[in-house]
Amino acid sequence: MVLVLAIGDLHIPHRAADLPAKFKSMLVPGKIQHIICTGNLCIKEVHDYLKSLCPSLHITRGEYDEDSRYPETKTITIGQFKLGLCHGHQVVPWGDLDSLAMLQRQLDVDILVSGHTHQFKAYKHEAGVVINPGSATGAYSSITYDVNPSFVLMDIDGLRVVVYVYELIDGEVKVDKIDFKKTSTATL
Amino acid sequence: MISDGIEDEEKWLTAGIAGLQQNAFYMHRALDSNNIKDALKYSAQMLSELRTSRLSPHKYYELYMRAFDELRKLEIFFKEESRRSCSIIELYELVQHAGNILPRLYLLCTVGSVYIKSKEAPAKDILKDLVEMCRGIQHPLRGLFLRSYLSQVSRDKLPDIGSEYEGDENTVMDAVEFVLQNFTEMNKLWVRMQHQHAIGYSGLQGPAREKEKREKERNELRDLVGKNLHVLSQIEGIDLELYKDIVLPRILEQVVNCKDDLAQYYLMDCLIQVFPDEYHLQTLETLLGACPQLQPSVDIKTVLSGLMERLSNYAASSVEVLPEFVQVEAFAKLNNAIGQVIEAQPDMPVFGAVTLYSSLLTFTLHVHPDRLDYVDQILGACVNKISGKGKLEGKTTKQIVALLSAPLEKYSDIDIALKLSNYPLVMEYLDDSTNKVMSNVIIQSIMKNKTHISTADKVGALFELIKGLIKDLDSDGNDEMDEDDFKEEQNFVARLIQMLYNNDPEEMLKIICTVKKHIMTGGPKRLPFTIPPLIYNALKLVRRVQSQDENASEEATTSATPKKIFQILNQTIEVLSTVPVPDLALRLYLECAEAANDCDLEPVAYEFFTQAYILYEEEISDSKAQVTALYLIIGTLQRMHTFGVENRDTLTHKATGYSAKLLKKPDQCRAVYACSHLFWVEDQDGIKDGERVLLCLKRALRIANAAQQMANVTKGSSGSVILFIEILNKYLYFFEKGNTQITVASIQGLIELVTTEMQSDTATSDPAADAFFSSTMRYIQSQKAKGGATAEKFEPIKV
Repeated sequence: MVLVLAIGDLHIPHRAADLPAKFKSMLVPGKIQHIICTGNLCIKEVHDYLKSLCPSLHITRGEYDEDSRYPETKTITIGQFKLGLCHGHQVVPWGDLDSLAMLQRQLDVDILVSGHTHQFKAYKHEAGVVINPGSATGAYSSITYDVNPSFVLMDIDGLRVVVYVYELIDGEVKVDKIDFKKTSTATL
Repeated sequence: MISDGIEDEEKWLTAGIAGLQQNAFYMHRALDSNNIKDALKYSAQMLSELRTSRLSPHKYYELYMRAFDELRKLEIFFKEESRRSCSIIELYELVQHAGNILPRLYLLCTVGSVYIKSKEAPAKDILKDLVEMCRGIQHPLRGLFLRSYLSQVSRDKLPDIGSEYEGDENTVMDAVEFVLQNFTEMNKLWVRMQHQHAIGYSGLQGPAREKEKREKERNELRDLVGKNLHVLSQIEGIDLELYKDIVLPRILEQVVNCKDDLAQYYLMDCLIQVFPDEYHLQTLETLLGACPQLQPSVDIKTVLSGLMERLSNYAASSVEVLPEFVQVEAFAKLNNAIGQVIEAQPDMPVFGAVTLYSSLLTFTLHVHPDRLDYVDQILGACVNKISGKGKLEGKTTKQIVALLSAPLEKYSDIDIALKLSNYPLVMEYLDDSTNKVMSNVIIQSIMKNKTHISTADKVGALFELIKGLIKDLDSDGNDEMDEDDFKEEQNFVARLIQMLYNNDPEEMLKIICTVKKHIMTGGPKRLPFTIPPLIYNALKLVRRVQSQDENASEEATTSATPKKIFQILNQTIEVLSTVPVPDLALRLYLECAEAANDCDLEPVAYEFFTQAYILYEEEISDSKAQVTALYLIIGTLQRMHTFGVENRDTLTHKATGYSAKLLKKPDQCRAVYACSHLFWVEDQDGIKDGERVLLCLKRALRIANAAQQMANVTKGSSGSVILFIEILNKYLYFFEKGNTQITVASIQGLIELVTTEMQSDTATSDPAADAFFSSTMRYIQSQKAKGGATAEKFEPIKV
């Protein structure tokens, strides 16, 4: 089983001072095999922090990221799954599932992870799964009101992926999980 | 020669030990045959080795220890009446016949010990006799060891309370008297050493070296003197009264009068260590009163710091003792004492004074944490001390930082530190780099404790304190700071801005204005870091009052209205043009536009869009930056519902215009088809202009064609078909959403176009395009398989 952390839109320090303490205590180095980050960290310190949790760090560029060298999109293969990563401000209309599905087809991936809306989403849509880990710090978003801090942990095991979402609601961490299975190695 | 000196000493020591051992042998032989006369003769000879002047303290000690061991055995002999064949009184008399005074006295003390044990005479008389007789030895080293011997043999025979030697005639007072006298004499001897040559003095060494040696020798002996204080502390009969009335005054008298800085420092420290803290607390005034009377060269600050630390720990040990502190007015006394010491030592460097105040502050935080006035007082005294002293040296500034950090650590609420009126004054005296260090400490404290600073006044006070981070303090250009460090520092300030919060919108607005005022002084270097967090704080406030606004019935008397906040936002973002950072400013304008949209403030939103567009046209020239900026514009505009037809048209028209004018054809194509979404909004009231959508898509198609032709001309082969596939997907998107302008024929046409292109001879192979096309075809298939209306719609499309 491979643990993949999907996290993004922290917006430190413009919109948030730091990750919530409860999240910080949960994210310890050595437990996660990959981190995929939708972007908008925004500063090097956050990059270094994520890198300290896990050396296999994949990031795509958000519009506020200090480092402009992050790519616009990225695809990674983990086990039987092909994952696609993109911040999401490039996909208009923002948050629109059908437009995201188009990107998914374009990248030819099973799971598309994108952000920008700061709203957690995990959908089986058309030919794949679309995941939005939300904002790990609960940062302000013009698109979403009342953002709760959240991140996603994916457990990839063979043809199955279990998506755990961790959300900080009223000071307590709530966990939810969703199961997805690939029918064959070809498509989801 | 120094080395010769050491070699000589070794020789003397070896000779001394040999002589001692030889005589001891004969002494034992005499003892075995109960020959007391011979035993005394040989023991006196043995003890004569201790008359030497040739050994340094360290070596003398070795000799002394051997003699000590032998004397123990002798004492055992003396104890047994049957063996010594004379009474103890006779023996006491007998030993005084020894020729030289030093052996005589050692023997006397030994017999005296047995005498006391026999109880044939009151302990106090014997003790008195012995302590006075020892006056006969005025040589410092020999005298110290002799008296040390006396102290050792008499320890368990003092007429303490509960001891067997206590009686009507023998009281605790006698014991105290004895020890005090021994102590006094020993101290005098010890001090006298300072004025003599060191033992290893050879006349060839310089005065500095000599002094060093002397002090070393003195230090080797100090525990002999200190032991007496230790003995006193162990006397059970000394209660607080006795300590206060007799013991302490006598000790202090000796300490002050000896006028020797080595002795004073050591003895004060010793005194504080051996006696219990409650005694110190109750005799604080007396104890502290001695301090200004000490020699100016004594490091009294270390002594006082040690005392304060002990008292702090005492206070921390149990809550019950705290009232005692209040009762004896500990703080006032310590404060006064420090003041007096500083006055009495005008040459004391600033560092010393600050260290003293630092210790007092630690004490106060432990003992009287609720007395902010005390804390403030200390800071005030510090200010007085450091003002006018010009530039402070490194260790002083370090000490001041420690001084200022202590209240922050103690009180996790920064509010409290802000209440201390002298706190900012102390910070005034820090140089720029230290101010930054301190400011960082303050911010870290706030971040660690997650305190939210909640009023504009406090925010103002705080920003005043940390002004080293907020603006350039040096008027003549500050030293170059490492860029990364500077970024880190400013990001820290940005995070701080996130911690400023108040539930009441009015107060929050005041806070925002206060912060704005301060960060505006930061200059172009700092603004890109400090303005964004402020903007977002304001936007969060807009959201809060927005919902209130809707509920507000009467005409709002408050000034915290969305309109007002947007005005401030506008002004603030404008300042970024002085840096300039057009990319950032554009993003912030768009965020504000969206917020205005949510408040239904059409003119405000339009204004923000205008500003964003101006920036795009005039300031953003890098092609990559343009692409990102344009997507943000399109994405934001797509979500606007507050615009009337005219405004919307103007903005949309401009956006599509920008899209078509991007540098690279593929970028143009993509931006243009993104614009198609501007004409189709899924909301119930949203615009759904199928025609204009199609127009956009067709335009995108034309651009894609042009791109293909360009590739043919410039590269000799046709470029990737990926753009066509993307456009195809857009056609399918709108087709699915029910745009009647999108016909099956047009979709079919596109599919064929792509297929043809991909199969053509001049096609460049592009696996990504192939995969995309395949997944698109699969999508159509899956739509067909869905059944119902969707399947019907997609049925005619042939893949």
